[in-house]
Amino acid sequence: MSDSKMIVPRRKFLSAAALGGGGLLLAGCDALTEDARFRSFLRTGEALNNGAHRLIMDRGALAPEFGEADMSPIFKANGSISGGTPEYAAHVADKFASWQLRIDGMVKNPLNLDLKKLMAMPSREQITRHDCVEGWSAIGKWRGTPLRLLLQAAGLSSRARYVVFHCADQWGPGTPYYESIDLIDAFHPQTILAWSMNDGILPVKHGAPLRLRVERQLGYKQAKYVMRVEATDDLKKFFGGKGGYWEDAHDYDWYAGI
Amino acid sequence: MAQAELKPGDVVKRHRLSTRLWHWTNAITLFVMLMSGLMIFNAHARLYWGDYGANDDKAWLVIDDAGDTGFVEIAGVRVETTGVLGIWKNSEGEVKRRAFPHWITIPSAYDLQAARRWHFTFAWILAVGLTLYMLRSLWNGHVRNDLHIRKWEWSIGHIWHDIKDHARLRFPTGAAAKDYNILQKFAYISVLFILLPLIIFTGLTMSPAMNAAWPWLLDLFGGRQSARSIHFIAAFSLVAFFFVHMAMVLLAGPINEVRSMITGKYTLPGKADPLPQPEVVQGEPA
Repeated sequence: MSDSKMIVPRRKFLSAAALGGGGLLLAGCDALTEDARFRSFLRTGEALNNGAHRLIMDRGALAPEFGEADMSPIFKANGSISGGTPEYAAHVADKFASWQLRIDGMVKNPLNLDLKKLMAMPSREQITRHDCVEGWSAIGKWRGTPLRLLLQAAGLSSRARYVVFHCADQWGPGTPYYESIDLIDAFHPQTILAWSMNDGILPVKHGAPLRLRVERQLGYKQAKYVMRVEATDDLKKFFGGKGGYWEDAHDYDWYAGI
Repeated sequence: MAQAELKPGDVVKRHRLSTRLWHWTNAITLFVMLMSGLMIFNAHARLYWGDYGANDDKAWLVIDDAGDTGFVEIAGVRVETTGVLGIWKNSEGEVKRRAFPHWITIPSAYDLQAARRWHFTFAWILAVGLTLYMLRSLWNGHVRNDLHIRKWEWSIGHIWHDIKDHARLRFPTGAAAKDYNILQKFAYISVLFILLPLIIFTGLTMSPAMNAAWPWLLDLFGGRQSARSIHFIAAFSLVAFFFVHMAMVLLAGPINEVRSMITGKYTLPGKADPLPQPEVVQGEPA
């Protein structure tokens, strides 16, 4: 049994060495995560993914659509689920009777549309999968007004490059939720401002009265409680300049196709 | 195939430059992918089968905490993992309720977005590296000469013989040590042509944009949440390969093995006067 006496210290030594080495490695990775140059290297992934997706995918390629039988029994509500502000609560109280969607920015004719007018426009229904950045998915049915029809009605300027969605929910003082997409996604046939979910009116916890569906990207791009749609040529003009609440606050990728 | 003149102690060229470069690039990349992947998993530590899956749906794997115990639950069977999985203390001694602990994730503190940046940037190194290595290996004969399983190697008797040799830690010596044995070939072929492509393609299947571009991916893997589950299983299969691989390197002579993966040169193991090898090989006429 003299062998086993030898093995224990060696094993201890090896595990200590492995732990020490592992600790250094981890500390190194954390330091790299904070390093500005390494962070910009890590950002190349987002640019490569966006470029690769645009390269291999037709502009109009549709996200998969599902049948009624494939729908989630319970569609998880995430993020802001009450809208929050007193102004928004007043809209909920009068069932959005005085609510209006504002479409402005780089457009010829800014529009104000109430829910009745939105619902009277041609609409699209789709059963699609919602993918959260956290990893879960839920399948639900949406009906709403195609965004391209609204942009066309407002006369989108040829200088516009992005569409910004201003939302009712606040994520801190002076920090409203907002999101933005490029014109490829804005004119995509499945990109709608949904006012109906699972055959009912859009519930408050899912973004009543209007939420964006941009089906080839992750959940945090699907802005809820949309109050205003603004066309712009530059995302740097808005809030933190990165094109969305999560992008500004937690450095999330603006392109969320992956 | 062994050459008659080779004997223990001879130094041979074992690994090509392409193999050595890819091996080390891939070793670093796989560590980054695993550890950043575990951090991403921490954002939602549940796995499902099918197209959808969230907190109210049935999960086949859950890592969570209940009060002050951490647990892993697989297909309804719960194993307590307090201190390691589900609930653990970070390096400052604070209690954290996340699936995988700080010492195995990149970054070490919870940060989904930073982990995503690591994961999706190194994914390119993994995928491009694997593609180039596969093409190079087809071109330079690595696949044909070293990995290709010969007809005679497929015999049950031969495979069983190799399993017994491995179980007894009896490794090939002399000329026989120059070539990969059948279990090595199985392991390397599984990693190169099954596990790594599987993990890359299930990864792509989780991308909503890729689902629009290549909808067949969803049919192939049975939906996005199935792809996520397979991605996780493939990752832990690679972890299992890593441990077996490390054990074999340590048992077969770590200095010689590691040196051969750095310089390409390998000293044939065994005593100076080896037993005759079972395979008779045609040599040069004397």
